[in-house]
Amino acid sequence: MSIETTKKFNIDTVENAAKTPDTELPWAELGLKQNEFDEIVKVLGRRPTGAELAMYSVMWSEHCSYKSSKNHLRQFGEKVTPEMKKDMLVGIGENAGVTNLGDGWAVTFKIESHNSPSFVEPYQGAATGIGGIVRDIISMGARPVAVMDPLRFGAIDHPDTARVMHGAVAGIGGYGNSLGLPNIGGEMVFDSVYQGNPLVNALAVGVMRHEDIRLANASGKGNKVVLFGARTGGDGIGGASVLASESFDDTKPSKRPAVQVGDPFAEKVLIECCLELFKGSLVEGIQDLGAAGISCATSELASNGDGGMQVELTSVLLRDPTLTPGEILMSESQERMMAVVTPENVAAFEAVMDKWAVEYAWLGEVTDTGRLIITWEGEVIVDVDPRTVAHDGPVYDRPFARPEWQDAVQADTFTGSVQDAGRPSAPAELAKAVTELVASPNMCSKSWITNQYDRYVGGNTSMAFPDDAGVVRVDEETGLGVALATDANGRYTYLDPYHGAQLALAEAYRNVATSGAVPMAVSDCLNFGSPEDPDVMWQLAEAIRGLSDACKVLGVPVTGGNVSLYNQTGTTPIHPSPVVAVLGKLDDVARRTPSGWREDGQAIYLLGTTAAELDGSEWANMRGHLGGQPPRVDLDAERALGEILINASRDGMIDSAHDLSEGGLAAALVESSLRYGVGARIALQDVLDRDGVDLFTALFSESQGRAVVGVPRSEEVRFTDMCTARGFAHTRIGVVDAASGTLEINGVESLSLDALREAHEGTLPKYFG
Amino acid sequence: MTELPLIGEAIAVAAEPRLAGARVGVVTFPGTLDDRDAARAVRLAGGTAVELWHADTELGDVDAVVIPGGFSYGDYLRAGAIARFAPLMSKIIDAANSDARLPVLGICNGFQILTESHLLPGSMIKNDHLKFMCRDQVLRVENSNTAWTLDYQAGQEITVPLKNQDGQYIADEKTLDALEAEGRVVFRYVGFNPNGSRRDIAGISNAAGNVVGLMPHPEHAVEAGFGPESLDGVGGSDTDGLGFFTSVLTKIVGGDK
Repeated sequence: MSIETTKKFNIDTVENAAKTPDTELPWAELGLKQNEFDEIVKVLGRRPTGAELAMYSVMWSEHCSYKSSKNHLRQFGEKVTPEMKKDMLVGIGENAGVTNLGDGWAVTFKIESHNSPSFVEPYQGAATGIGGIVRDIISMGARPVAVMDPLRFGAIDHPDTARVMHGAVAGIGGYGNSLGLPNIGGEMVFDSVYQGNPLVNALAVGVMRHEDIRLANASGKGNKVVLFGARTGGDGIGGASVLASESFDDTKPSKRPAVQVGDPFAEKVLIECCLELFKGSLVEGIQDLGAAGISCATSELASNGDGGMQVELTSVLLRDPTLTPGEILMSESQERMMAVVTPENVAAFEAVMDKWAVEYAWLGEVTDTGRLIITWEGEVIVDVDPRTVAHDGPVYDRPFARPEWQDAVQADTFTGSVQDAGRPSAPAELAKAVTELVASPNMCSKSWITNQYDRYVGGNTSMAFPDDAGVVRVDEETGLGVALATDANGRYTYLDPYHGAQLALAEAYRNVATSGAVPMAVSDCLNFGSPEDPDVMWQLAEAIRGLSDACKVLGVPVTGGNVSLYNQTGTTPIHPSPVVAVLGKLDDVARRTPSGWREDGQAIYLLGTTAAELDGSEWANMRGHLGGQPPRVDLDAERALGEILINASRDGMIDSAHDLSEGGLAAALVESSLRYGVGARIALQDVLDRDGVDLFTALFSESQGRAVVGVPRSEEVRFTDMCTARGFAHTRIGVVDAASGTLEINGVESLSLDALREAHEGTLPKYFG
Repeated sequence: MTELPLIGEAIAVAAEPRLAGARVGVVTFPGTLDDRDAARAVRLAGGTAVELWHADTELGDVDAVVIPGGFSYGDYLRAGAIARFAPLMSKIIDAANSDARLPVLGICNGFQILTESHLLPGSMIKNDHLKFMCRDQVLRVENSNTAWTLDYQAGQEITVPLKNQDGQYIADEKTLDALEAEGRVVFRYVGFNPNGSRRDIAGISNAAGNVVGLMPHPEHAVEAGFGPESLDGVGGSDTDGLGFFTSVLTKIVGGDK
């Protein structure tokens, strides 16, 4: 850096900056554009100091400022109806949204990306992804109670996939298992589009009493500002902000040092320590340190408060004493929190820190100046309006347009394509096709992954993978609990971003309802390519428009989330991948509906209708085809199906339910059989006659708004009466056959459960050991 | 002593009222994870759970102690190696070795702490497959005479969750032979050895039978709807682990069921 510095401190002060307006600054290296740098100069009325430049550069990065997506994300707020706001206690904008569960309970959840670091260094990238999202949940005043991890990696047989797979799964396990948080679900998709840009998303959910909700703001002149947890080091400088705001490029040096390194033990202690602080009402405001570290925490706390803040930066406890002020401000060292404490509570605060042996440093205090002032041994190195750092970053109306290739892709349907030649129809061919489907990379059992995660800790896990949703009990006395599911289909969204995003929401909503829970809120992680590519920007704009429209129809508000852009290698972006998490509520988790059948003789019903919808399907994917239109979205039907599944669960009319999505009816029947190792006899003639489809289509089509349910004989009349009254298509397609050890489908050769299980569970061990 | 932040309140259970007077301490170290689960197990078995903090210098008024699972102090040096030096541990070691023979159960990290404390012989190393593993494990109760297994039958098979990265039990041949000869192998893995443990050993006891350690987690199999049967449907029941806690409570209050 060619910044002129004061002799005494070798530091670029505000005073010095005012005197040396023409000093050259490395704004381009820090990722700022000329217009953005000019804007900073205009805001300050002078050139920024080195420290100020560091702060603005990280806070105005794509990752922190949402500058490319902000104009579109507004729709999530604009399309919220009063009905949807009913249970929302805290909306978008805070660390995580908060939803009312009733009985004085509140729940907070959020999904975030940790994509780029997880490619560069899979173990630490994935581990710190868990760490970051869990701290967001603590920041709201909640006790974290579960995590989930939707993952998308490259082709299963590509040599680099094993590197990412082993690292990321071990990282999620190594960190998450050490926190005492059950991992209750997620996704695993393999597709070569994610080869150089794997998606590692992480979700955390926490619960609290209403009175414990905490917000990130610094108010009350004279209140003390404290940084606690791990020491600040040189790891992760420009991590999220730089890594996640640029595409990968072979010609640049390795960005490995920009990946943060996690210490789960420090995080676990931090969780317990924070909960004890909340219990004693010892903090006025609290903020976790994630992307952009101290820059973000100070500017956000100060700008959300009613005054300003003064901080002495040399008070920060360091792992590396050679760090410069700019580096200290940008460091993304993990396991740190910042809080605002009244002078009266300082002693009590310190007692809690000492009990848990957590290090802390009092950095400064809240002021009434409206300025964020940071000093270095008393010399002012930052003097800014915190809003200009945290909230008034640049906003871009990036140009976007429907790609020229979109029409051609949509015209290229699977039916009749080269890849569709020799479609299975004979009983033996269909049996082989079903087996091939459930052994395919995306449809195979994910237990190789989930067996590396603790699903039991806490003693409140009521359902976990492979059921449709993860279910966690919140209140041990009443059984009140929450259900969570995450879904996305990059192929559908590539074919049609507007409807593809809606399909992701529809599936997550359906999964939650299938478990018996009432869907209440949405968190989304929008994984896309470069917003500077008008094709990608169109995909993003369409996906947000589609998702926000669908949220309105289904009556579930988005309460938070994250946007991950620049997921592309060179000029090739990933499939647009909006990962949607839906949270639902169960009055009593004892009523949750598992996905497998158990009781011999129970009737099996298919809910919903089937059309010939194979475009974008797993079957087409297995045959190497991607084109046409994704399955049709019918949100009213999804809502109607959801109500049936929820009522049936509440009134004890069904014992099992499994939604139909990727892999269609074939996958659902096999999964429901393998869940408890109980077979069934299935006949689909009524479905074929009613819907006008052939047996192959009935089994492999991915038409939406469908589920298979197991109904006790005693409840059959009541259940079918309810479906009839609601005008929802339902067909009895078979019966549970506990003794057979087979899945018998008329027109398909007998499938032994042992052989199906071997095929289903053998795939991941075959590739990953 | 710390107050463990619980989710919700203790649930009322219809247990034998005479057991409620038995007080079982549950130790929390920094990094302990399954302390709330162990406390819940004690309550569901009908006893009173008492929270113990690693830094306490007195054991207080408890009739038995559970050292639950987790990663005490991060387990960065060697699992359990630092925890054994906690002030409370020296009290627990003394009480376990005293004439009163305080019943002590170490689960997972607790088992590792007990071997580090030399209350139990041998040690745990990394699983032979080198991965963290969470699964439902069938165990055979080999000895039903310890303080923690009185409510089982010798030879009974139970299903409880197993979850660890360093679960491979090792000891020299002489120690293993002695354990077998003295009936101190309390639990053995059945059907599948999940980590390469010598002689399929899942848990052992001291000579007096008051100190028991095992890698699997009985406290995760104590409540209908939240155990192996509900979560994974592998057979068995959700509550096979409850016997650990009823055993010790029954022993504490004295007399047979």
